[in-house]
Amino acid sequence: MIEVNDLSVDLGEFVLKNITLAIKEGEYFIILGPTGAGKTVLLESIAGLYPIKSGEIWLRGKEVTGVEPEKRKISIVYQDHVLFPHLSVRKNIVFGLKMNKVTAAEQDNRVNWVAELLGIGNLLHRKPDTLSGGEKQKVALARAIATRPELLLVDEPLSALDPETRETVQQELRRLHQALGITILHVTHDFEEAIALGSRIAVIGEGSLMQVGTPEEIFRHPNSEFVARFAMTRNVFLGKATKQSNGDTVFQVDGTEFVIAGETEGTYHASIRPEEILISTEPIRSSARNCFPGTITQIQDKGSTLYITVNAPPELSCLVTRHSFEELELRKGKRIYVTFKATSVHLFD
Amino acid sequence: MSFLRYIGKNRLTITFVLLGLLIFLFIIIPLAKMVFSSVSDTETLWETLLDPEVSGAIGLTLFAALISTIVGFFLGIPLAYILARNNFPGKRLVEGLIDVPIVVPHTAAGIALLFVFGRNFFLGEAFEKVGITFVDSFAGIVIAMIFVSIPFLIDSAKEGFKKVDVRLEKVARTLGASPWQAFFRITFPLAWRSILTGNIMMWARGISEFGAVIILAYHPMIAPVLVYERFETYGLDYARPVAVLLILVSVIVFIVLRTLAYRGDKS
Repeated sequence: MIEVNDLSVDLGEFVLKNITLAIKEGEYFIILGPTGAGKTVLLESIAGLYPIKSGEIWLRGKEVTGVEPEKRKISIVYQDHVLFPHLSVRKNIVFGLKMNKVTAAEQDNRVNWVAELLGIGNLLHRKPDTLSGGEKQKVALARAIATRPELLLVDEPLSALDPETRETVQQELRRLHQALGITILHVTHDFEEAIALGSRIAVIGEGSLMQVGTPEEIFRHPNSEFVARFAMTRNVFLGKATKQSNGDTVFQVDGTEFVIAGETEGTYHASIRPEEILISTEPIRSSARNCFPGTITQIQDKGSTLYITVNAPPELSCLVTRHSFEELELRKGKRIYVTFKATSVHLFD
Repeated sequence: MSFLRYIGKNRLTITFVLLGLLIFLFIIIPLAKMVFSSVSDTETLWETLLDPEVSGAIGLTLFAALISTIVGFFLGIPLAYILARNNFPGKRLVEGLIDVPIVVPHTAAGIALLFVFGRNFFLGEAFEKVGITFVDSFAGIVIAMIFVSIPFLIDSAKEGFKKVDVRLEKVARTLGASPWQAFFRITFPLAWRSILTGNIMMWARGISEFGAVIILAYHPMIAPVLVYERFETYGLDYARPVAVLLILVSVIVFIVLRTLAYRGDKS
């Protein structure tokens, strides 16, 4: 559908280089990266709005690298909507249709179609500055899809919204993608958003593409420390994997030995997802191979869940629900046990 | 007691208001004194207005300033847009040079223009070949006015363009608009108020120009030159009614335009 070959973009302070992506027809593709990684510029380069240093962009088998943005059939939705403030909602939507010389009758059809699709029929006569954040984002989406683009680019569409609206717009995006079968390229810094929406995810950071894969692959098998840290795996350790005489492979870190799956040896990073670590007041007898005593050093309240830092050593970050937090009477300084499976420890370079 | 406390609490505001009042009166009193002392003598004022030399000069001033504003609009807006949207080496220098006409004494500006648009320089020569001369002519008045007033238009329009989010143009492009369409349908309408303000400022500045115009074109006589000439030849009493008319006309037109622009902004 769209292929980006060895794209390099000069961002002034740093260079985004060697970006190679192949997005399939109808895919919901996420580019995940921290703020300032050049995600917006990458989208603008694909849309032809930002000059590239080198590389190629192919859309449906045609090279569009030097093609003007108005001829690419790629629409963009920015984080903060960027609606035309002097035009009504209807005129915002009609703008692209007029530019594409769509007939007046067809303009009406398309406006009705997108208005119904996004449930904004009652907003058509309003000016953008009278709309709420969620409404603006829907109008921006409506404007972008009314021209029937081949590719829809969305830049952090949920970041500027409050949590509740975010949920609605996220569902809206998923629904749009399913209903229209449109190819979407979505950039975000939010891992959960990426997992929730993406059929595949590309992680960018430090000026280049770090990993491309399904959410599951990124989630379970980050290929680098950068990706692991980004993938909210808060437990990333550098240590040594060695085979023991009893046939187990262990990973040594800070004097503690984690039993791990596989037979790899050598110096590696290991990651353990916080939600895969159990906390208990007594040692647990189970098939889980790793069980260590430790002291609670930090408690981070996230509302319905809490991150508990336990020093075994090393320090492990564990995710618990508020219910178990209260039931176990967890508090700073308390001695507890942490338990996790050998397969929960993921090794990478 | 509470009054004293009020003063004690608001010393800064009170001091600044008093100082502000001083400068405000300094502007208002001479204008008001002249206008009111002449308005009471309606007969003379009326006579002056009916004097074809006076009405002709005022009309010529307004018209010449209008023509320079129109020329300034077509030549100044593109430059303002380029300066608002692009960064290039030497941009600061260009911006600084554009504002130079504001600080140059206007008689000196007139001399400079005369040098370039006079008969002894190729530009003046070239224009003369197509029948346009700038010495003692309408065209001379216009270029003098443009020279001294264009910075106001360019600066105002540039600020207006800067306030238009460049991504609005980008979105327009992805929706199928050419750069021209994006400019005329999105950027220009959104910057319109600043452009209009700039135009009004430029026009007003053109009307009030004396120094540069008198060097290039003593005749045909614009109103400020006529005021000067009557003052020099006949004295204060003859110059004053003309000056009053000029002030009244300028102020009325200025107020009307400002009101229109303000209303446009509100809707």
